[in-house]
Amino acid sequence: MSVTRPLPHDAARLHVTGTARYIDDVPMPKGTLHLAFGLSEVARGRIAAMDLSAVRSAPGVVAVLTAADLPFANDVSPSVHDEPLLAVDRVNYVGQPLFMVVAESHLAARKAARLGDVRIAGEEPILTIDQALAADSRFEGGPVIWQKGDAATAIAQSAHVIEGSFEMGGQEHFYLEGQAALALPQEGGDMIVQSSTQHPTEIQHKVAEALGVPMHAVRVEVRRMGGGFGGKESQGNALAVSCAVAARLTGRPCKMRYDRDDDIMITGKRHDFRIAYRAGFDAEGLIQGVEFVQYARCGWAMDLSLPVADRAMLHADSAYLLPNARIESHRLKTNTQSATAYRGFGGPQGMLGMERLMDHAAHALGIEPVELRRRNYYAEAVEGGSARRDNSDPKESGRGTLPQTTPYGQEVEDFELHGITEVLLESSDYAARKAAIAEWNATHGAIRKGIAFSPVKFGISFTLTHLNQAGALVHVYQDGSVHLNHGGTEMGQGLFQKVAQVAAERFGIDMASVKITATDTAKVPNTSATAASSGSDLNGMAVKAACDTIRARMAEFLAAEHQATPEDVRFEGGNVQVGGEVLSFAEAAQRCYEGRVSLSSTGFYKTPKLAWDRVKGTGRPFFYFAYGAAVTEVAVDSRTGEYRILRADILHDAGASLNPALDKGQVEGGYVQGAGWLTTEELVWDDKGRLRTHAPSTYKIPAFSDQPDVFNVALWDGRNREDSIYRSKAVGEPPFMLGISAFLALSDAVASCGDGYPDLDAPATPERVWAAIRGMRDEL
Amino acid sequence: MEIRFLLNGEAVALSNVAPTQTLLDWLRERRGLTGTKEGCNEGDCGACTVMVTDAAGARALNACILFLPQLHGRAVRTVEGIAGPDGQLHPVQQAMIDHHGSQCGFCTPGFVVSMAVAHLNGERDHETALAGNLCRCTGYAPILRAAEAAALQPVPEWMVSDAAWLIENGTPPLEAAPDSAEELAALYAARPEATLVAGATDVGLWVTKALRDPDPVIFLNRCEDLKGVQIGEHEVRIGAMTDMNIFGAAMEGLHPSYAAMIRRYASAQVRAAATVGGNIANGSPIGDNPPALIALGAVLHLRRGAERRALPLEAFFIDYGKQDRQPGEFVEAVSFPRQDDRLKCYKLSKRFDQDISAVCGCFNIRVEDGIVSSARIAFGGMAGIPKRAAHVESALLGQPWEVGTIRMAQAGFDADFAPMSDMRASAAYRLETARAMLERYFAEDQGEQVSVLEVSA
Repeated sequence: MSVTRPLPHDAARLHVTGTARYIDDVPMPKGTLHLAFGLSEVARGRIAAMDLSAVRSAPGVVAVLTAADLPFANDVSPSVHDEPLLAVDRVNYVGQPLFMVVAESHLAARKAARLGDVRIAGEEPILTIDQALAADSRFEGGPVIWQKGDAATAIAQSAHVIEGSFEMGGQEHFYLEGQAALALPQEGGDMIVQSSTQHPTEIQHKVAEALGVPMHAVRVEVRRMGGGFGGKESQGNALAVSCAVAARLTGRPCKMRYDRDDDIMITGKRHDFRIAYRAGFDAEGLIQGVEFVQYARCGWAMDLSLPVADRAMLHADSAYLLPNARIESHRLKTNTQSATAYRGFGGPQGMLGMERLMDHAAHALGIEPVELRRRNYYAEAVEGGSARRDNSDPKESGRGTLPQTTPYGQEVEDFELHGITEVLLESSDYAARKAAIAEWNATHGAIRKGIAFSPVKFGISFTLTHLNQAGALVHVYQDGSVHLNHGGTEMGQGLFQKVAQVAAERFGIDMASVKITATDTAKVPNTSATAASSGSDLNGMAVKAACDTIRARMAEFLAAEHQATPEDVRFEGGNVQVGGEVLSFAEAAQRCYEGRVSLSSTGFYKTPKLAWDRVKGTGRPFFYFAYGAAVTEVAVDSRTGEYRILRADILHDAGASLNPALDKGQVEGGYVQGAGWLTTEELVWDDKGRLRTHAPSTYKIPAFSDQPDVFNVALWDGRNREDSIYRSKAVGEPPFMLGISAFLALSDAVASCGDGYPDLDAPATPERVWAAIRGMRDEL
Repeated sequence: MEIRFLLNGEAVALSNVAPTQTLLDWLRERRGLTGTKEGCNEGDCGACTVMVTDAAGARALNACILFLPQLHGRAVRTVEGIAGPDGQLHPVQQAMIDHHGSQCGFCTPGFVVSMAVAHLNGERDHETALAGNLCRCTGYAPILRAAEAAALQPVPEWMVSDAAWLIENGTPPLEAAPDSAEELAALYAARPEATLVAGATDVGLWVTKALRDPDPVIFLNRCEDLKGVQIGEHEVRIGAMTDMNIFGAAMEGLHPSYAAMIRRYASAQVRAAATVGGNIANGSPIGDNPPALIALGAVLHLRRGAERRALPLEAFFIDYGKQDRQPGEFVEAVSFPRQDDRLKCYKLSKRFDQDISAVCGCFNIRVEDGIVSSARIAFGGMAGIPKRAAHVESALLGQPWEVGTIRMAQAGFDADFAPMSDMRASAAYRLETARAMLERYFAEDQGEQVSVLEVSA
């Protein structure tokens, strides 16, 4: 079996020897030019004058382009054409590209780009949620509201009402490889582009528009990215388009990569949110109704903000059955970087809103937080059937008598969290440790401890339904070696290896026989972004289809040769067994070739069962859900707010994992990145709209010693009840939200310093933890 | 400038070298060695880590803020030189594969080099060795597993071959890089407009981020007589060019809290370049050495030509961006009296490792017969300069060493400091945590556990 094996990443050997090539490592032809942008230093205003003479005369400068110099479309938006590559008339954020420098070297381009004499008639920028609300600065006409039942009445009739509001910061992707692209001009105006992008087809599309050519004239290739995390879903457009335009203009190859500070100043980040909540609980702690108001700061352009905000709404239930719910979402337009896709795509924000509410309610109601969560869980899935269990015990399975539907009307048929929770509480020794922590806090002074559990239920599929499709191209050569290509991109997640394992499995051959090749719009067209955790699900299935087409042709031919039936031909162990004969796969391929059998095929897949009405907010946006849970323990210094994650225990559902080693890597890395979002990763803008944390010196992602001292990560021994690729589950984004337990553990430690419920915002930097502790003590 | 060094076992001689050409750019753009990555171009991510060997041994350095002339007479090994001559994988490389230590792979070459250097030097404290390498994919757990596994394997022979070349080839002189304090004094007196480059962890950023071209430049790294820590009977004297790793090691026995803070000062790569003198001379209000040294009663030794003078370290810092240093004058050493250890250094930052302090508070309080007999307290991050908490000190002096005294003295912080708010911390947080640090010092002195770093699950 190739699938289910814990094989290393396909490029691991290249990684460790420094021979894995990224965009900036590709040997370039002589005469290659390098690009840099001149950036706006003002957040909002009108461009009064732009004198670029000093830029043009700087050493090494070949050309300087403004919006007026662009030949065709001046747009790099992935959505509504509201994002000019180079500013026209107005600037909308500090860091917005104003002009493009084309120079003989990267350094010459960077130096020249700072020489622009740009005068901007500045206006008061809209920076904060409150400023945007006051100015009614938003995308779409007004807030989006989805409802289930009557939340207001249910809350009014509830025994307990919990109310609160808190803020959570955004997050810089900090992919280690910055944005980069290169363009190689071809004969007849064609263009080859290599880009560090999760979305080659989007690059192709935007480059074609910018060059005024059909998409067939642009070929985009992506071998790998040095990290993406959503930050390369749309944010690479500007670089690729610039390179293509400059290459067309000069006839020379052009390359662009952002310096790290530029990268952080220019590109979008995770949306920061404020979430206000109001919920009614009965005496048993069962939720009767919930109202959420989600305010998302989207930045200056729409980008992917609408589906991000949608997904935040879609995860407002987290893992709990909400009989009545009202979710109101404000998509606010501000003079800051255009917030974009980031691992979880709004899901983490929506989920954190609910988990914070649960924590608050547990505190107020005096019910153990995990117990409260379990009471409110959706009902456990029933083997082979729906989750609805009309006569089930409500304590065990949530409200068994209610339809087990999400606020948007999707039935939850595959709920795994009862079992996951039980096993994790046991393996993490939760109850005993919680008691020990209470004891610690009773007997220690300044150093407080906290522990928290949080679950994950994450919906898998693009909510824009048409994106749930994928293509593949597989060739079997006459020596039995296999060339594999599909629409997914490799950003470190191990997609290529997992999909190659599928191909090897279908042909019954070893992994060395399968050549993984760069994503290429000329091989597989019309690809969706490698996003929404969908890479393996979609592309694995497309590759399986392609392999099976070839396999069927081979089986048919070989069966006829051996007077056997195609069904009796077996592909396994590197051999093909047919009619009592055993051929090596290479021999079989050779025979098929000589028999004039086509050994090349495309494959295609579209996710079944999806039906989603975004406007009404009802339907089935997700094929299935992926689950997981985490318990995190922290220590907090109440004098300074400093803290450490002492231990984390995780149990995560990757279905029948295609590759447990790679999937575990996603879980460990996702947790740490999620914890980073909610702890040390703080984006700070000043009152002029300048981002002050634009380098790793000031923006602090988790470092080596920030991993939990004790870190127990296991995969749930499960199987996707839906017919996914080998019954595996998507694992890119879901584990990110396990990091919520770290935030809640900090809140738990803060809670030990007083009687109230902590007023802790995210990211819970030491300063915010300290402030929350002071808030608790001031109440005493 | 003409320089010679060893690159992956091969002698390299370069002429017309620009003084601030970075090793990273040269490797990638001129030499075609693209295994070494640019992640941040400011020494904070470690993707560009290379191994540099000289007479003092092998160390990991960030190639992005390392100027070519600093390599003159030294040996460099990039990730391409970590595998053996016949392509055999180094044990850390094999372990990184076996333990799934790479995902996107972009940080991996830097990790591999850092790990290989630690492996060579027998360094088993992986958290310390790898604090300067950021990874965004793995969460570090598999990298730790790889480092632990590789530690059990022997050092491959090719990793120790660089030292032999160094002995054979010596280090020919380089005009811009004087070989002694004497030569430096003469050169700098003649060219007082020159920029002094010690470890380039600060000047490097002038070049890579501010895009400046400092010229002329004088490189100090060959002034061996400015390096080292002399621990005398009455005095500890630290040569200005002592790097922070060496200095940290020297503090372990004398002032362990200072050593523990140095462990968190930047990263192994930066500490291997950064110098005590540079950290003082650049006048930063947020350098971590000045508050600790001021608390220890340090004296700064300056030199200009043949002229020498000494002044209390705190007097060197006049105002933000302004130090008591004349054109052509340089820091030769800093010294402080031998003393019983009463020093505690509290470094407060968003992230524990490799983060610039929001507040760095250093306390050196002596108690005789229950009465405070001396108090030296200094802070970084609380003013435009590293500054003593004079009111707090005097409120403590002569008072009984007890909670009431601490409470009373805490009021003194309001008179001593009016810190600012920035992206690292608010003014209120700085002031209140500074106050809390005095309480922490007292609690620690009473035997209380005061740091989350000492707590386990």
